[in-house]
Amino acid sequence: MTELTKHEPTTIYIKPSKGLAALNLRDLWVYRELVFFMVWRDVKVKYKQTLLGMAWAVIQPVMTMLIFTFLFGKVAKLPTDGVPYPVFSFTGLLPWGLFVTALNQGSRSLVAHNNMVTKIYFPRLILPISAVLSGLVDFAIAFVILIILMFYYQVSPAWNLFWTLPLFLLLALVTAMGVALWLSAINVQYRDVNQALPFLTQFWLFATPVAYSSSVISQKWQILYSLNPMAGVVNGFRWSLLGTGSGPDISLWVSVGISIFIFISGLFYFRSMEKTFADTI
Amino acid sequence: MTTAISVKNIGKQYKIGAAETKFRYNMLRDVIMDTVYAPVRIAKAMIGKSDRRSNQNYVWALKDVSFDLEEGKVLGIVGRNGAGKSTLLKILSRVTDPTVGTVSVRGRVGSLLEVGTGFHPELTGRENIYMNGAILGMRRSEIESKFDEIVDFSEVTQYIDTPVKRYSSGMYLRLAFAVAAHLEPEILVVDEVLAVGDAEFQKKCLGKMGDVAQQGRTVLFVSHNMSAILRLTQEAIVLNKGQMLMRGPTQEAVDFYLSSGQAQAGERVWGVEDVSAASQPFRPISLKIKNRGGKVVDTVRSIEPVTVEFEYQLDAPVTGLRIGFYLSTMRGEYVLASFDTDEPNLFEKFDSRKAGRYISRAEIPADIFNEGRYSIGVNASSFGVRRYFMDENAIAFNVDISGAPGTHWPEPRVGPVRPRLNWKIEKIGD
Repeated sequence: MTELTKHEPTTIYIKPSKGLAALNLRDLWVYRELVFFMVWRDVKVKYKQTLLGMAWAVIQPVMTMLIFTFLFGKVAKLPTDGVPYPVFSFTGLLPWGLFVTALNQGSRSLVAHNNMVTKIYFPRLILPISAVLSGLVDFAIAFVILIILMFYYQVSPAWNLFWTLPLFLLLALVTAMGVALWLSAINVQYRDVNQALPFLTQFWLFATPVAYSSSVISQKWQILYSLNPMAGVVNGFRWSLLGTGSGPDISLWVSVGISIFIFISGLFYFRSMEKTFADTI
Repeated sequence: MTTAISVKNIGKQYKIGAAETKFRYNMLRDVIMDTVYAPVRIAKAMIGKSDRRSNQNYVWALKDVSFDLEEGKVLGIVGRNGAGKSTLLKILSRVTDPTVGTVSVRGRVGSLLEVGTGFHPELTGRENIYMNGAILGMRRSEIESKFDEIVDFSEVTQYIDTPVKRYSSGMYLRLAFAVAAHLEPEILVVDEVLAVGDAEFQKKCLGKMGDVAQQGRTVLFVSHNMSAILRLTQEAIVLNKGQMLMRGPTQEAVDFYLSSGQAQAGERVWGVEDVSAASQPFRPISLKIKNRGGKVVDTVRSIEPVTVEFEYQLDAPVTGLRIGFYLSTMRGEYVLASFDTDEPNLFEKFDSRKAGRYISRAEIPADIFNEGRYSIGVNASSFGVRRYFMDENAIAFNVDISGAPGTHWPEPRVGPVRPRLNWKIEKIGD
């Protein structure tokens, strides 16, 4: 029989929240362990009772890369800035995989956990956050494959890899998070998101320079093209890993700006809709 | 004494009806249709024709509820289904926001609104303990230190490393409750989690809840189980249709709640406002308790049969209808349930009832009841299909045992049943 903990309890005031809700980062920090648990759970469950287990994290990007190599590398012979096509496309598939997890898992995260949302208090931000972070595990596994590929094709990495790559990874996460926040909140009320997702994912894939280099886009369309935040992410990844492409330029900064905008606005939209989740989900 | 919870004029409003579409998941096409039809709706409104869809109805699930709860006290919350109990708990647990009013809560709140939230069927019992504990707000270190206790309480020790999808429902419940029961917040809010599970399990839960209450935590307990409320709580509040009707010592509150449906002198009549439109074509009229002489009474003698008479109207033919009642003690324990088509020949004959006015009448044999007050709830439903009407506490009556066997000793007997048994005494040796 344990005693009541001796710390001084804090008082919380519950009232109808109006207008722009504060981000409540303190609560998020208190619940940080839950993020870890949810990521752990998602990863564990994903591969339970599968024959191939974690191998699936490798099979998907590798298969996609092989198909792309055949279609776009050999048949269409798209230019790849001087790098073997498999390495070229795989470098793009890495951040893209993270983004797709955010799109799919992230946008469904609230609705999929609706029993938790309606019965228990916890910062709802945890759901899309952990959905996106669980993509990092697959990312790490695929990254190992990329290293193997680079060895095989004897492509040497760019010299500033160690500090540029983490930055671009961060950019990828920010972009993925921003999109996940918007979509998950919208999906609670408008389930159209579920229907639109497969189409959106496909379209976005072709609008992002994963299978091809963005240098094929003509100059006058470049700025419009760079409105796709993933364009900046994928290009940046390629540049930091392989040294191809033009490096940080205006189109990159446009993409970064858009990513940050989507992220911040997503946070605020999510928080302002949060109080209605339990009622509308 | 410090106040743990202070609730001031809480109200929670929901939109229902046409406007409900905003609160349910929407399809874009609904929004488009709405916009397309908007001019039609506006035109209709202008010429005074009310559009059924444009009637926005608001319902207050909670209205003007206020109370203070001191630290260390256990408060029960009782009320009919739909009274607002779960809504109140949701607000206290910060799952949903109040529309008006404020609540101040001092201390960590642990909510048991449902057991097994966050359980994933693919994970093992061990993994689910960690998962569920984390969701309920326990730190990892806390879960680890209590792990063995939790497993012992749940009695699934040998299955702890099997995926939960292989558990029987009883094991699942026990494990889920075990985790929740080891939460140690300053304030515990419990919503009828004891309504599930078998008798053994319920006993265990009640025991644990009793322990928690005795540790000096502040507890809010919602239940339909009056004996649990009586056992665990010191005070209770009664909610009805979103409003707080009374607050008082538990026995008084329970009595008030159980008798609040009753009319006087053995008869209950339902007015139009007591019955929802959803019960159509069934319309309850009255429920009467009659003694052997056919007189409507509110006190019967146990040595005489009692007649329960339910009068109702069917505005259209109904198939598969069964009418019955539930009898329970004033402490909320059920004694029996019986339906008019229990008897096979009646079941066949009245499978389909034509429209008209009916009486379903049952005679409870003499020498069944013990002394006391009993409550009757009525139910009209089509088994497994639809429930037309239900009134859980329609009427109450008293039983007087004068003249019953054994009354030459001035002692109360236990149990709601006091039958006249056929005793024989034989001498079988020297």
